Amino acid sequence: MKAENSHIVKAGRRDFVRQLGTLVVGFPILSWNNPGEVIQDLKLPGSLSRHPSLDAWLEILEDNRIRVFTGKIELGQGISTVIRQVAAEELFADIEQVEVVVADTGRTPNEGYTAGSGSVKGSAMSVRYAAAFARKKLCELAAAKLGLSDDQLILQGGVVSHKSSGKQIGISEILNGQQLKTEIELPVDLVSQENYRYVGTDVRHKAMESIVAGKPWFVQDLFFDGMLHARVLRPTTFGQILPDLKPEDGKGFPLEVEVRRHGNLLAFVSEHEYQVVKAYNRVRSMISIPDSGTSHGDLRDRMAKFETENEGQLSPLENLDEQDLTWVEGSFYKPYVMHGAIGPACGVAHYDGTELTIWTHSQGVYPFRSAVSAMLDLDEENIRVIGVPGSGCFGHNSSDDAAADAAVLALLYPGKHIRVQWMREQEHAGEPYGSAMRMDVRAGLRGDGTVATWQAGIWTDSHSTRPNSDAGTLLTARHLPKPKPMSGRGYLRGGVRNAEPYYHVGMTEIQAHFFEGKQRVSSLRSLGAYANAFAIESVMDEMSMLAGMDPLDFRIKNLSDKRAIAVLEKLKATTDGMQLNDDEGLGFAFCRYKNNDAYCAVAARVKVDNHGQVEVEELWAVLDAGEVMNPDGLINQTEGGMIQAASWTLMEQVTFTSEMTTSRNWGTYPILRCPDVPMVHVDLIRPAGVPPLGGGEAATPPTPAAITNAVFRVTGKRIYDLPIGTVSLDG
Amino acid sequence: MALITIRVNGESHQFEEDQEVPLLYVLRNRLRLTGPKFGCGLGQCGSCKVLVGDVAQFSCLVPVGSVVNQEITTIEGLQSDTGEWHPVQQAFMEEQAAQCGYCTGGMIISAVALLRKNNQPEDAEIREALNGNLCRCGSQARVIKAIDRAAKADK
Repeated sequence: MKAENSHIVKAGRRDFVRQLGTLVVGFPILSWNNPGEVIQDLKLPGSLSRHPSLDAWLEILEDNRIRVFTGKIELGQGISTVIRQVAAEELFADIEQVEVVVADTGRTPNEGYTAGSGSVKGSAMSVRYAAAFARKKLCELAAAKLGLSDDQLILQGGVVSHKSSGKQIGISEILNGQQLKTEIELPVDLVSQENYRYVGTDVRHKAMESIVAGKPWFVQDLFFDGMLHARVLRPTTFGQILPDLKPEDGKGFPLEVEVRRHGNLLAFVSEHEYQVVKAYNRVRSMISIPDSGTSHGDLRDRMAKFETENEGQLSPLENLDEQDLTWVEGSFYKPYVMHGAIGPACGVAHYDGTELTIWTHSQGVYPFRSAVSAMLDLDEENIRVIGVPGSGCFGHNSSDDAAADAAVLALLYPGKHIRVQWMREQEHAGEPYGSAMRMDVRAGLRGDGTVATWQAGIWTDSHSTRPNSDAGTLLTARHLPKPKPMSGRGYLRGGVRNAEPYYHVGMTEIQAHFFEGKQRVSSLRSLGAYANAFAIESVMDEMSMLAGMDPLDFRIKNLSDKRAIAVLEKLKATTDGMQLNDDEGLGFAFCRYKNNDAYCAVAARVKVDNHGQVEVEELWAVLDAGEVMNPDGLINQTEGGMIQAASWTLMEQVTFTSEMTTSRNWGTYPILRCPDVPMVHVDLIRPAGVPPLGGGEAATPPTPAAITNAVFRVTGKRIYDLPIGTVSLDG
Repeated sequence: MALITIRVNGESHQFEEDQEVPLLYVLRNRLRLTGPKFGCGLGQCGSCKVLVGDVAQFSCLVPVGSVVNQEITTIEGLQSDTGEWHPVQQAFMEEQAAQCGYCTGGMIISAVALLRKNNQPEDAEIREALNGNLCRCGSQARVIKAIDRAAKADK
C-alpha cells in the first residue's frame, strides 16, 4: 500500500516556461530540383537529429512507391495521415504512393512516446525534412545515372523525367534496389507553402474505410492460429493478496480453462475465450468486496494537510509596492479522472524460446520494450514490440499492462500466441488515472483592470508514470512472484503545466506540492493544464466582473501576445450579440497550451434548470496551432477535446474508499452520452509562415472554466469543485 | 453443448456450442467477424451492437441460443453484394465521423436500426437512438451529423 506523503518544490518563473526542443522553421521558395531559399543555422527536428540516417525514415519500393516510418502510433489522432501528406508533398509523389509504418521496434525509429501534442512537431517534421532531403539525393543520383544536368530533371510520382529528351527513370531504378543510407544534412530545401498540394488540406484518413467496413484494425482484432485467450485476475482492493481460488470452487459446470497462479496474479488460459471469461468471472465473484462507503470527498482537505515548513499560508508577495489592489481568492479542486477507453486494453505476445514478440497499442514501443526487458530479465535485443492501433486513449492507460500480462504468459506458454484483454472492471479500476489536484489561487487586481500579482499553491500527484527501464512502471511487474515495485515517482511537473497564467502579471509565485495518493496515476490529456486553466480562468472571470469589463475584453487587456489576442477577438466576433434565455449563460476561457504551444479560446453556452441540472448546449473553440497539416483532422481533435472535457467537467470523478476504487464500470463512472453531447464549432486561425504548434490537446484546458463561468452567469454560483454535478441553487 | 444454426449477413452457420455463449464471442472467434467489439460485456457501451432482424442489440448480452434462425447483420454485412457502401457508412466517411473508431461499428448499427423504422429522424431522435453507444474520443457531434446526412441522402 502506498503511503500518502508530500514533497514540496518551489519553482521560479523560468522553470515553468522553459521548454526544450523549440524549433524554428523557414519556408523557402523551391522550384522543383533547384535550391530555393535555403535553410541555414537550424537544427534538424527532434527525432531526426537522433536518427539522421535517411533509411530510418523512408524506403523506396520496387514499384516506385514510398514507405515511410514513424515511431509514433496511430491513436485516432490522425498522425499517419499527416505523415503521408508531408512525405508525398516533399517527394512530389501522389499521396496514394505513400504508405506509413507506425511504431515498431523492429522497423521504425525510436521516437519515445506518442504524447503531449508533439507528433507533428517531432515526427511529421522529421519526415518532412527526410523526404525533402531524399528528393534532393534522388535527383542528384538520377542526373549522374542519366549523365544529365539535374536542373533539367523533373521528379513527379516516383519518376524522374528529363525536360527536353523525355527520358525517364523510376526512383527505384535510380537506387538499383538499394536504399538511401546517407545522413540527412542541412541545408534542406522544403516545398514552399504556396506550392502545397496535400499539406494544409483535408486529406481523409485511410483507416476510415476499414473502420466503417468493420475490418480487423485494432490490436483487439488480431488473430493467430492456435492462439490462446487469457484473462489475468489481479488484486481488487488496495494491497490485496489474491486468495487461492479455482473456478471449480464456485458453482456451475466445469470449465476447460487452465488456471495458473503467478505471484499475485491468477491467469485463466484457454483456446475458448468465453470459457476464460466465465472462469475469470466465477473466481472474481468469490472474492469478497469490503463495503465501506465512498470516502473520496475528503481528499481535497487531506491534500492541503501535506504541509511542509516552506509552504505556510500563501501571503502577499514580498516587495509588493502596490497598494489598493482588489484581491480575488479561490480554492479549486479537480478529482481523479480516467481515460476510459471504450475497448479494454489488449495485447498479444509470442515467445519462441529466444525471441519475444509483443503486439500492443502502447504509446511508446521502445520505452515499453525497456520496461518488459527489465520485468522479464530478457535482453532488449530479443524483444520486438509492434504497435497496433487500439481503442482511443489519451495518455498512458492500461495498454502497456495488458501487453505485459501477455508477455509474462507467453514465457509460460512458449510457441503459443497469447491474447490478453482486460475486463471492463479492470480497465475502470486498474488504469492509471489523471491525478486529482487542488489549486489555491490569490490574485490582485489594479483599479485599471490589469492583473498585478498572482499566487498559486498547487497540490498534485504525479502526471506520468509511463513505462521506462523501471519494470515497476508496468502494473504486471508489481505482482510477479518476485515483485518489482516502481522505484520513482515519474514526471511530477506535469502538475504545474499551465500553472502560470499566460497573462501579463506583475509578479507571479507558484508553489507546487507533490503528494502521493493511493490511486495509480499517470499522464492523461493535457496533464495538469486542465486543472490549472480551470482555476486561472475562473479567477480571471471573477476579476473581469470586479473590473466591470466584458470577460473577453478583460483578457485581451491583460495579454500582449498578438496571436493570443487574435483568438479571443475571433471568439468575441463569433459570440457577439448572441440571444440567451433567462436560464442560459455564456462563459469564456483561454489557454495557450504549455504556455508555448497552440492558442485556444473556448466559449460555452449552458442551460441550468430549476433543479440545478446543467446542460452544455454549445461549445465554440477558436484555435491557432500554427501551420496546420490537416485542418479537418485538427478540427476533429478539437471537437473531441471539448466534448471529452465537457464530460469530465460535468460528471466525471473516480470514486474510492480506503479499501478500493469503486468506479468499476460505466454505471459507477458514467460519461456523457449522445443525448447530452453539446453542439461544437471550431474556427482555425492559420497565420502564414509559422511553424506547427502542438494542437491536439489545446482545447482541453480552456473548456472547464468556459462551462463553469457560464454556470456562474446563469446562477451566480461559482464552481470551485469539479465535477459540477448538480448546482446547489440555495442561498 | 447443442447444435446451433444461426444466419449472419445472409449466410447460415451450423456448429456445436453452448446456448448461453454470448453472440459476440461466436461472431468474433468462430466466424471471425471482428467488427462487433468487446467493450464492457454489460450492455453499457454499445461497441458490440449487431442487428437482430431490424433491432440493434448488445451482442455481448444476447445468448447465441436465443437468436437461432433469426437474421443477424453485423457491420461487415452492411455493404451491398456489389461492394457499395450503405448510406450510413458512406455518411460516416464523408463526415469523418470517428477518431479511434472502436465504437464506430456499434454507432453505425444503431443508426441503421433507427433509419429502418424512422427515415426522417429529428436531431433528438438521432441522439436518443445513440443513447446506448458510448464514444470516448468525442466524435458524437460528427456521428449525429453523419446520421442526419445519411437520412437525407436516403430519401
